[in-house]
Amino acid sequence: MLLSHLPALQVVLPLIAAPICLVLHHARLAWAWAMLISWSAFGIALSLLNRVLSEGVISYHIGKWAPPWGIEYRLDEASVFMLVLVTTIGVVVTTFAKESVEKEIVKEKIHLFYTCYLLCFAGLLGMSITGDVFNIFVFLEISSLSAYALISMSDDRRALTASFRYLVMGTVGATFYIIGVGLIYMATGSLNIADLAVKLPAVADTQTVRAALAFLIVGLSLKLALFPLHSWLPNAYAYAPSAVSAFIAATATKVAVYVMLRVIFTIFGVSYVFGTMNLGPAILSLAIMGMFAASAMAISQKNVKRLLAYSSIAQIGYIMLGISFATVTGLSGGIVHLFNHALIKCCLFMVMGCVFFRINSTDIKDMAGLGKRMPFTMAAFVIGGLSLIGVPSTVGFISKWYLMQAAFEAGSWVIAIMIPLSSLLAVVYIWRVVEVAYFSPSPDGETAIKEAPVSMQIPIWVMVAGIFYFGINAEFTLDVARRAAESLLGGIVL
Amino acid sequence: MIIDNFILLSILIPLVGSFLIALTGRWENVRESVTLITSCSLFGVVISAGSAVMAKEKITATLATIMPNITISFDVEPLGYLFACLASFLWIVTSIYSIGYMRGHHEKNQTRFYTCFALAIMGVMGLCFSSNLLTLFLFYEAITLCTYPLVTHSGTEEAKRAGRTYLGVLLATSMVFQLPAIIWTWVAAGTIDFTAGGVLNGHVSTGLGSILLLLFVFGVGKAALMPFHRWLPAAMVAPTPVSALLHAVAVVKAGVFSVLKIAIYIFGIDFLGLLEAHTWLIYAAGFTILIGSLVAMRQDNLKRRLAYSTISQLSYIVLGAMLATKAGILGGGMHMITHAFGKITLFFGAGAIMVASHKTEISQMKGIGRAMPWTLGAFLIGSLSIIGLPPFGGAWSKWFLCMGALDSGQLIMVAVLMISSILNVAYLIPIVVQGFFSELDVKEHHAHGEAPAFCVAAQVITAAGCLGLFLYPEPVYQLLKIIEM
Repeated sequence: MLLSHLPALQVVLPLIAAPICLVLHHARLAWAWAMLISWSAFGIALSLLNRVLSEGVISYHIGKWAPPWGIEYRLDEASVFMLVLVTTIGVVVTTFAKESVEKEIVKEKIHLFYTCYLLCFAGLLGMSITGDVFNIFVFLEISSLSAYALISMSDDRRALTASFRYLVMGTVGATFYIIGVGLIYMATGSLNIADLAVKLPAVADTQTVRAALAFLIVGLSLKLALFPLHSWLPNAYAYAPSAVSAFIAATATKVAVYVMLRVIFTIFGVSYVFGTMNLGPAILSLAIMGMFAASAMAISQKNVKRLLAYSSIAQIGYIMLGISFATVTGLSGGIVHLFNHALIKCCLFMVMGCVFFRINSTDIKDMAGLGKRMPFTMAAFVIGGLSLIGVPSTVGFISKWYLMQAAFEAGSWVIAIMIPLSSLLAVVYIWRVVEVAYFSPSPDGETAIKEAPVSMQIPIWVMVAGIFYFGINAEFTLDVARRAAESLLGGIVL
Repeated sequence: MIIDNFILLSILIPLVGSFLIALTGRWENVRESVTLITSCSLFGVVISAGSAVMAKEKITATLATIMPNITISFDVEPLGYLFACLASFLWIVTSIYSIGYMRGHHEKNQTRFYTCFALAIMGVMGLCFSSNLLTLFLFYEAITLCTYPLVTHSGTEEAKRAGRTYLGVLLATSMVFQLPAIIWTWVAAGTIDFTAGGVLNGHVSTGLGSILLLLFVFGVGKAALMPFHRWLPAAMVAPTPVSALLHAVAVVKAGVFSVLKIAIYIFGIDFLGLLEAHTWLIYAAGFTILIGSLVAMRQDNLKRRLAYSTISQLSYIVLGAMLATKAGILGGGMHMITHAFGKITLFFGAGAIMVASHKTEISQMKGIGRAMPWTLGAFLIGSLSIIGLPPFGGAWSKWFLCMGALDSGQLIMVAVLMISSILNVAYLIPIVVQGFFSELDVKEHHAHGEAPAFCVAAQVITAAGCLGLFLYPEPVYQLLKIIEM
């Protein structure tokens, strides 16, 4: 009985837990509560994954209202993949957050932090699971509003402006999205994704639908920080509390990419978007511009968190590049990079959390000699960095292999060469940090710096283990990604 | 039992060794004993498989399946086995030498040095036995990354700059040329396994084959084909044992070994001979041979002169591979061995002089032979072997390379090889002559004796190796003969 309601519980559990967390009003208690909820959500996601992989698509009707009138929660390979990703990151970051948040946020606000965190978590899960475009908007707003609040909780006053900027840009994105949804509702009278896929082709050749597609794509591009709509991202990531950076970087933009996938492949269909409307070259060129421009900007950063933020924009470029091929290999490359990059960036932002925990700064110049003083933390940074570059035996390599293979299969070797070329920029920005940390003497007169606490180390090394495991044995992730890609390309009829 | 797990053992031993070295770092005698024991047991394991390799037994191992149909797996073939023997034997000698050098030179961070050294050897072992392009690439990159801390060892601004060049050139060439070539091969041929006779023939046109060949050969930056050679002189800021084993033997030979292996087992020499690009690459190699030697003549810093000499000598092997004849491959494979013994002797000499007299420039080394007769004597033997004069090993490899060039009708290349030998004489022999016969430069001089005993012992061993390779080339020759082409 309970098992059949797991799809609803996946979202409702953290959503209800959030106000309870507010009532708990105690820092440690709130953390323990968030921890419990994260783990439960993780368990639910795994059992859903298991069910989808063995039994196929799950369709759950909220309140027993049959779609297209009621809200449908629809779980296929792609959406369950996102659930597992978001909940995995949730578990890891919550574990990490305890010490980090106690250091970076005033004690009276900690329970508010976990309240917002749970709301954001619920919103992201909702976006992944729901099969209703308007419902996606609702969850998008839940996750975004709580994310603005989370970012602004940082001690750093610059976080306030960063958060405000994110709020303005994010709202523009969400508004564009809802305008797009309104337009397709106007044209078809439906909000259910599966239903839209059936009804849209009949009215596809109208100005309304073309406008809808434009609004949806631009709005979502803003949310997922596709170059050049990325301007909100660097400061938001850089000045947010460390745990928030790690969580948002690994999940928020990724879920937006997922929604983009849904819009392009499931609702409008690959032949409409890439054939009739011919958006492929546009997405491709923006993706490649992002890969180079954002990496180049990362090189000139003085603050490592900002550097990583620019690197994230570049990595979004890789994901979109994979999508722009609109082939099974390309799409699975994009999807697998979405997962892989989430692992890498979560790891790296947590590393910066540890660094901040000990030296109260994330500027490159303050990290001199850190390789000797925080050997484990910095080793994790090197591994994460190498994975970002795409060194074999790490996850980054798998993504790059697939993206390049897709490029060669599409017959465009120029693009295939672009991929490693932009990775070279990653070598430069990662190595700027490595050189300072390992080969510059530590400043004199500073008190001995210890390694970060174990409770912060463990999540980092779990991620490192993941980086290696899914880098050496990628059959599982690739299999899920390929099935997700096939189901997206195959349209809604599975 | 050892034979069954022979491959995994030879990768595991240096890996475990590196951990033990890191753990025992506080006690230097223990640490160095661990290094020696590790290197000796590695050599023991490698050599124990000799008869099985000669009998062409199939020894394979698979570590993991990275992607569907793409695995990290190993097998033993004669060329790789030969390289493994070479690297593991010279690791022992270098370890002996390092003890004398690192202590005599009062180097810091010695534990990091020995740890990374062992890891680099692990990378070489994996590379030797890799049975597909992805495994080769994996260990190729591992070698680059493990040797980077050795290049920047001293931590000075110069060393950091050199480290950037080193990493930049090696990563850039491998990621931008080699990796796309591997993936392109995979997409075109559907396999990246090393197969006797090659895998590309029939799957790609000669035009695409030419492009792939260029991508592969320039993508193996470790082969130091011009214009991607800058990293090698830059790497000379590393401590001398690193220059000796890694930048004259293990790392650079990993490069030319990869070129040989790709030529034989991915292209196949028949298909290679059909490609337009193989002629271009023959000329590129010839160009590098001559220009490398010419630049070497202009270097006053001894290690830099040797580095440019290495660049030139590596192209002999690239040339051997690109000639696309059996004699060429034989000569290339042989030169991999003979040059290794010759050049490591020369680097040992350069390091010994540096430790004993603190001199790095050739112009300061007048009359140095009187105080260091053993060192300079070994240096002379190494030089003669590099030049290719009997009774030293280098004579054989030059012989076969010339045969290969004649076989494929490249008379110009025979001339290039001859001119290069003369240039070798011009930049190596004066060092020995002025060392023994010039008057001591009094204002530069301070009293010193022979280098530490460990250093001298290592030089004598490798110099004897140069002689031994001339007298008994049979094992090397037999191994190379059984390569299936």
